[in-house]
Amino acid sequence: MVPRSPRRSIVAIGAGGLVLSLALAGCTAGGSDSDGGAVTLSYLVDNQEATVETAEALADAFMAENPDIKVEVESRPQGADGDNLIKTRLATGEMSDVFAYNSGSLFQALSPDSTLVDLSDQEWVDTLDENFVRTVSTEKAIYGVPMGQSMAGAVIYNKDIYADLGLEIPTTWEEFIANSEAIKAAGTAAPIVQTYGDTWTSQLFVLGDFNNVLAEDPDWAEKYTSNEAKYVDEPALAGFEHQQEAFDAGLFNEDFASAKYADGVAMVATGEGAQYPILTFAASQLMTTNPEAADTVGTFPLPGPDASANGLTVWMPNGVYIPKSTEGDKLEAAKTFVAFLATPESCDIQSETTAPQGPFVIDGCELPDDVPAIVSDLQPYFDEGKTNLALEFLSPIKGPALEQITVAVGSGITRAADGAAQYDEDVKKQAQQLGLEGW
Amino acid sequence: MRNVAWRWGGGSVAILVAIIVFIVPFAFIVFTAGKTQAEASFLEFTWPTEWVFFDNIVTVLENRDFLLIRAFVNSTILTVAAVSIMVVLGAMVGYVLQRRKSRWNPLVNGLVLAGLIIPPAVVPTIWVLQGLGLFKTLVGLIAVHVAFGLSFCILLFRAFVATIPRELDEAAIIDGAGPVKLFFRVIFPLLKSVIVTVIVVQAVTVFNDFAFALYFLPGDENATVQLTTFNYRAQSVSAFNLLFADVLLITIPPLIMYIVFQRQIVAGMTSGAVKG
Amino acid sequence: MTTATATGRTSTSPGTIVPSEPVKRRRMKSSYPTWFFIPAGVFYVVLFLIPTIASFYFSLTRWTLFDVEFIGFDNFVRFFQEPQLVQGFVNTFIYAFLTSGLKVVLGLLLGVFLSSQIIGRGFLRATVFFPVLVSTIGVGILFQVLMDPFGGPINEVLATVGIPGPGWLTDPSLALVSVALVDVWKGVGLATLIYIAGMVAIPHEYFEAAKVDGAGAWNNFRHITLPLLRPATVTVVLLSLIGGLRSFDLIWTMTGGGPGFTSDVLASVVYKQYQAGFFGLSTAGNVVLFVVVAAIIFPLSWWLNRKGDEQ
Repeated sequence: MVPRSPRRSIVAIGAGGLVLSLALAGCTAGGSDSDGGAVTLSYLVDNQEATVETAEALADAFMAENPDIKVEVESRPQGADGDNLIKTRLATGEMSDVFAYNSGSLFQALSPDSTLVDLSDQEWVDTLDENFVRTVSTEKAIYGVPMGQSMAGAVIYNKDIYADLGLEIPTTWEEFIANSEAIKAAGTAAPIVQTYGDTWTSQLFVLGDFNNVLAEDPDWAEKYTSNEAKYVDEPALAGFEHQQEAFDAGLFNEDFASAKYADGVAMVATGEGAQYPILTFAASQLMTTNPEAADTVGTFPLPGPDASANGLTVWMPNGVYIPKSTEGDKLEAAKTFVAFLATPESCDIQSETTAPQGPFVIDGCELPDDVPAIVSDLQPYFDEGKTNLALEFLSPIKGPALEQITVAVGSGITRAADGAAQYDEDVKKQAQQLGLEGW
Repeated sequence: MRNVAWRWGGGSVAILVAIIVFIVPFAFIVFTAGKTQAEASFLEFTWPTEWVFFDNIVTVLENRDFLLIRAFVNSTILTVAAVSIMVVLGAMVGYVLQRRKSRWNPLVNGLVLAGLIIPPAVVPTIWVLQGLGLFKTLVGLIAVHVAFGLSFCILLFRAFVATIPRELDEAAIIDGAGPVKLFFRVIFPLLKSVIVTVIVVQAVTVFNDFAFALYFLPGDENATVQLTTFNYRAQSVSAFNLLFADVLLITIPPLIMYIVFQRQIVAGMTSGAVKG
Repeated sequence: MTTATATGRTSTSPGTIVPSEPVKRRRMKSSYPTWFFIPAGVFYVVLFLIPTIASFYFSLTRWTLFDVEFIGFDNFVRFFQEPQLVQGFVNTFIYAFLTSGLKVVLGLLLGVFLSSQIIGRGFLRATVFFPVLVSTIGVGILFQVLMDPFGGPINEVLATVGIPGPGWLTDPSLALVSVALVDVWKGVGLATLIYIAGMVAIPHEYFEAAKVDGAGAWNNFRHITLPLLRPATVTVVLLSLIGGLRSFDLIWTMTGGGPGFTSDVLASVVYKQYQAGFFGLSTAGNVVLFVVVAAIIFPLSWWLNRKGDEQ
């Protein structure tokens, strides 16, 4: 946020006592302060501490270069409340001038063609990674610039435990289970960490397995979109089965039902837990709470049946978009701001304020040399091209209830096959809502 | 003898139970708000080894450029305005509804109940507010709270108007009081204790609401107090000490209000007991 | 407020003893003008009724907020096929009747108790009412922490007396009940307040007359307090039942309907459709929820009020 003089707020308190005077103070403090001729942009981001910090650092750097444009960072809740807020404000034409939001299927649900400003003609488009461009485009146009880095849905693990027990990085599911059993037998750490206190973390067995699904059926995503491939059938069922198998074998931490994401990361960092399937943005969490473990915690892909196909399932960064409600001077200013976000300078600011989670998707943007092992372990897979995009970037369909279903499967409430069937039903609603063919 | 035993014995037991059931959780909030971040993360019910209560309070107040202060101002205006309107308008409806038997009554009663039952339709409401030019304004949010709070007020007022003898109305009418004077001079003052109840309950509802504020009054400048808790729940490092310090701070205004009005309730009771 | 006379509504119904000369009746009528409804009606119609009617239309559409497609009753069909719906219905009723029942019983007992002459009465009243003042978010967070199965204070205490505490919010068979108990903890103060206000409205003469007759405490309670607290009971029952049937914010904060779908209620199923962006489907769900609640509340309210008038 733009540093606002704290003095004014204090004056407002001093004037307190009478509700009326407070009301007046509230009005002046609440008024928009555009300083003669300058354009003020509002920039909406989610309210995660790191996101806000990064956004404010970017805004400050941008304003230093463009003194006639003022950028004010606004924040919104994360998760479903945030999704609704974005949709509601877009639909009612009350969106902030620039906003950050997911790419991929969540982006598609915003009806981009009718709500967002087409950015296809901007110069920076050519510098973007092709995969990313696909996730912020419709058939008609390109709408977003990346914010942050790509990342993987993979297993973060404690390298000390692996070294002590003489374990190798598993390349098949059998090896993964064998490793986990060995860790269990050693008795010092929870073999697999699960944290259903934050339900979204439960989806990784399924979502992170997608590289393996594509290895067996390269067209699975298209078939899925056209209602021909289902989660109840192999190869996709494997994700649900793996989660059930791990639960049945008693490989989870004791408090898996109530533990939260932050606990999970801390457990791997301290060696209380050995392996944790999660998104690699955990690097930022790790560097905030357990920086001493930067080199202890590494990453490997969720393994499937075939060692030769072992590779990462990759998530694209969020995008930054301009809504159609931004017009005139503001639109020009917004385009300038968005162009700034696609520069290497912006990338550097991003990796300074928040620990990177994976490679950038903009040409000329480099990661710093001292990234934590979670991120540096990813690089070989990217270099060798052993990566695939996650399903939500290849198909517009993502069922909303997956996290509840995977919690139920991972807690032994629902069997894998039933969970997969429930998810297929769940997905149907989304496909119909999007008006896709064949549903 | 029995009364004395009841008075002291019953009272003491009740106080003990109340302390365990109600005060201990509250103490937990206070203790946690007084701890350092590291100690708070253990979530234990212990006295803080290092008491940093005021540091935490200051941190919470200063966070995001004194966002909380702005939020307090907004929430206070919102609550005072919305509740005042609700009480007066709700009492008017409840009073006529109880006093006058008309064929409209079933309809009005039905609408009142519907108002309690039907959940808000967010997007159409925004359209209406936009049409009136009230979207993203405090006035708009006040109006929405009034619309959704009226039913509860009417229900309570109707029930308690029934306990006011009609003879009072008649006496006033014979003295030549018109309907407005009759209501505001005679009936309204008699509703004092139920008005206090309504004020307390609705002020708490409005003050503690976050969903309406989130949708109908977006933007940090307009934040209301409940939205500030999001900032602490969203942090990568779970800062329970700050979260609970925030919860504690935003609970103080309702608490003060209750303490102020509690005397009124007791006073209302005493006068009833003396005269009754 | 029971001021002036002993002629409460409880004596002969005052309405019937009004002289019936036509002139006077007309004057009485105009003393309760219908326009008193208008100011409240404006708020109600503009910001509640119109949006609600609009949303009924949207329940018949597939609605993305950006596009609307009329699909008839498909949303209702689909809503009834929700896998968690049956469980949601059962949970809704368990939750509503459990919280409502406990609030009535505890509220009544506390209301009567806190109206009697005991030490620390003011303190106790403030204490019981305190949770009402804390926001749902605050209460939800607090009890999530207190009820944590590992290291949460409640289970720590149980452990010291040798009882292994359950996973209050993580055990599928317990989660809903745990949330319901917290709901009661939070809401009983309001029920108590309404009962206390009701106690104030009971003229003292009744108890004094009973004293002369030598009635005991139980008889007082059974034959004076309980019947005269009827309006208060009606209010508490209606409010807590409606609240319980519609309730979801506390459930949402504490369990999110989980683990899995085990503590889902109707309102949380509806909310999940909304947050997933199925706006038509969720408005259809809201209509269903409304019909269900109305089907219970309207007859109940009619019956309670009629019985009240008969007395």
